[in-house]
Amino acid sequence: MFQRMRHILIKEFLEIRRDKWALIRLLIPPILQILVFGYAATFDVWNVPTAVLDLDHTFESRDFLSHVTADGRFHIVLVASNQRQVDQAIDDSDAIIALVIHPGFANLLEKGQTAPLQAVVDGTNSNSALMALGYLGQMAATFSQSYALDRLHRQFGARAKLVEVSLQPRPWFNEELNSRWFFVPGLIGTLTLVSVVNLTAFAIVREREVGTLEQIMVTPIRPSEFILGKTLPAFLIGLIETIIIAAFGVVWFHVPFAGNPLVLLAGTSLFLLSTLGLGLLLSTVCKTQQQAFASTFFVLNPLFILSGFSFPIASMPVFLQWMTYINPLRHYLIVIRGTFLKGVGFDVLWPQMLMMAALATVLLAVAISRFRKSLD
Amino acid sequence: MRLVRLKAIAVKEMLQIVRDPRSLIIALLMPVMQMFLLGYGMSLDIAHIPLCTFDREVSPLSVELLNRFQASKYFAVTASPSNYRDLTTAIDRGTCDIAIVIPQHFSERLSTGGEASVQAIVDATNNNTATIAIGYTQAVVSGFSAFVQTQFGAGGVAILPPIVVQSRVWFNEDLQSRNFIIPGAVALIMALVGAQLTALTVSREWERGTMELLVSTPVKPMEVMLGKLIPYFVIGLLDAVLCLVLALYWFEVPFRGALLTLMLLTMLFLVVVLGIGYMISVAIRNQLGASQIALLVTMMPTTILSGISFPIDQMPWVVRVITYFVYPRYYVTAVKAIFLKGSGPSDLLVPIAMMSLFAAGIAFFASRAFRKTLD
Repeated sequence: MFQRMRHILIKEFLEIRRDKWALIRLLIPPILQILVFGYAATFDVWNVPTAVLDLDHTFESRDFLSHVTADGRFHIVLVASNQRQVDQAIDDSDAIIALVIHPGFANLLEKGQTAPLQAVVDGTNSNSALMALGYLGQMAATFSQSYALDRLHRQFGARAKLVEVSLQPRPWFNEELNSRWFFVPGLIGTLTLVSVVNLTAFAIVREREVGTLEQIMVTPIRPSEFILGKTLPAFLIGLIETIIIAAFGVVWFHVPFAGNPLVLLAGTSLFLLSTLGLGLLLSTVCKTQQQAFASTFFVLNPLFILSGFSFPIASMPVFLQWMTYINPLRHYLIVIRGTFLKGVGFDVLWPQMLMMAALATVLLAVAISRFRKSLD
Repeated sequence: MRLVRLKAIAVKEMLQIVRDPRSLIIALLMPVMQMFLLGYGMSLDIAHIPLCTFDREVSPLSVELLNRFQASKYFAVTASPSNYRDLTTAIDRGTCDIAIVIPQHFSERLSTGGEASVQAIVDATNNNTATIAIGYTQAVVSGFSAFVQTQFGAGGVAILPPIVVQSRVWFNEDLQSRNFIIPGAVALIMALVGAQLTALTVSREWERGTMELLVSTPVKPMEVMLGKLIPYFVIGLLDAVLCLVLALYWFEVPFRGALLTLMLLTMLFLVVVLGIGYMISVAIRNQLGASQIALLVTMMPTTILSGISFPIDQMPWVVRVITYFVYPRYYVTAVKAIFLKGSGPSDLLVPIAMMSLFAAGIAFFASRAFRKTLD
C-alpha cells in the first residue's frame, strides 16, 4: 500500500515542480496578503474628520472643544460659522461628525444645570459612528467630572468630595486593545483556508478533465490510497504556508505568542485535514474545473465571513450561529487566538479540536466514498 | 471587427453555458444564497455580550448595580462565579467576554468615603467588541453613580451631569450595521461572481485543446473578447438584479437614490469585473492557476480593502494607496451613497470616472494580451 502511495506522491510533487509558477503562486500571495491585510484590518477610530460650530464663544466652550480634540481621536477639519456649513460638511462627507455648542452653554454650566452638546454624525459606517459617539461620550464625561468637582470645591471648599462609583476597565490578553493582535492571527487561518481548499478542489477534477484519471485507475491503486496520496502534498504545502504566515505575524507585526506551539501545531493539523477534506469533497462532486472553481467561490466566502474573523458570531441570528459549528475556520480561529493571545492549552481548546477532528473524518470519508462511486 | 464572427463566438459560448447546467445554476443560485448568508451574518451590532458577575460583597447596593447589568439589553448574564479562579476559567473558555467584580466593603466605602470602584475584566482578544463593551459598562456604572448620589450625596440630590451629548445620526438613523454592510455585500458578491464567470473561459480552451481550433478561424482578438463576455454580462446582470432586489425588499435597506443611476453603475462595475476575469484567463493558461489568481484578487481584497467593513481612512497611507487599485472600492462607495444618501451621478463623478478608467484599461490590455498564436 505504501509502495503505491509513494508513486502517487512522487507524481504529485513532480507536477508541482514542473509548473514553475505553481510554488510562486502558492507562497508569495500569502506573504503579500498578510502584510497588506495586517495593516488594513482595523476597526479603530482615530483622526475622525470633525466639524465644530461654537455659537457660545466662551472660555468654557473653547476649553471643552480643546479637551475633545486633545488625544487625537477627533481631528478638526472645519470651524463653521453657521449651521448650514455644518450640514454641508456632513452631506459632502468632508466631516463624519459635527459638534455644535449652542449659546448659553457656559451659562448653564455655571448654574449647575445640564448643558447640551449637539453631535451630528454620518451613520453610513455604523461601526465607526458608534465608536466615535462612544469616545465623545467619554470625553464629555471626563470633562463633566472635573468641572463638577471644580464647582464643588468653589462652593464647599477644597475638602468637598464627589460621591461616585468609578469603573476600572481591565482588558485582558490585549491590554492596549491593539486590533492587529486580533486580526493577524485570524488572517493566518483565513489565508491558509483559501489556498488549501482551492488547491484540493482542483486535485481530482483536473485529472478527470485532462483524462489522466482513467490512466491512474487502470493501475492497481485503491481509491483511498489515491485520495491519501493527493492529501499529503496539500497538507505539507498548507503547513509550510501556515508556518510562514505565522512567522510573519510574530516577527513583523509583533503579535505575542503566549501559548504552547505544540497545541497550535495540533490544531493546525486538524484544521488542514478538515479543509483538505472539504476541498477533495468538492473535487469529487464536480465534473469540470469550472464547476470546481464556482463551488470553491461558493463555499469559501461564507466560511470566511461566518467564522468570527471580523463579524462577531454572537451578533448573528441563532440559526446562523448553529451553522458556524460546521465551519472548520470558526474552530481554528478560536484555537489560534487562544494559543496566541490567551495562552490556553488542550484543557480549554479540546471542544474545538474535537469538532475539527470530527469534521475532518466525515469530510474525508465522504470524499473517498464519493470518489469510489464515481469510478463505477 | 465583424458582427457575424462576434455572434458566432457568443453563440458558441452560450451553448457551452447551457450544456453545463450545473455551473449555470451555481452562477444564479450562488448570489441569492450568499445574500442571505452575508446579509444576516455580516453584522457588527453588538448586543447580549456574555457577562459574568462576581459579587464579593452581596449587599443591597451591589445587588442593585448587578441588576442594572441584568436589565441592560447589551449584556446577558451567563455565569456568577463565586471565586476568582472560576472567573478566570470562565474568561479563558469564553463563557463570558466581560466580568464585573464588586470588591469587598463596596457599600461601606461609598457611605463613608464617598468613593468606590468596580472592576470590569474584559476579554480583549477582540479589541473592537471589547472597546464597545467597556463603553456600555461605563454607561451602566455612570447611571448607578447618579443613583448613589441621591443616597449619599450632599442633601440627597443627584448632581446633574454637566454636559450631555445629544446625537443626531444622519443617513443611517438607527446605526444599524446592516444598512451599511448590505450594499457592500452586493458589491462583494458581484466581484466574486464576475471573476468566477470569466476567469476560466480562455484557459479552458487551452487545457481542452480547443484553442487550436479557435486560432485556425479568421476571428479577431476583439471579437473573441466581446463574444465571450456578452453572454456572461447577461448572467451577471441577472445576478445583480437578484441581489439588489433582495437588498431592497428582503433586507429593506433604505433606498434614497435613483434606480437608473444604480443600474448604470452596476453595469459599469460588471464590465470591470468580467474584464478582470477575462484578463486573468488570457494571461494564465491552466485553469488551476487562473482560479488561484482570480481568488487572490477578488475575495479577500474586496472584503478587507474596499471599505465594506474596515474604514479605509484608518489604514496606513501605503495601504490606502493600494486600495485605489481595489476596483470594488469605487462600486462600494457609489452604492452606499446611492442607497443611504440618495446621491446622484453628479455626486459620484470620482467613482464613475475611476470605474470607466478601469474598464477602458482592461479592454485595452485584454484585447492585446489575447494573441492568436500557439506558443
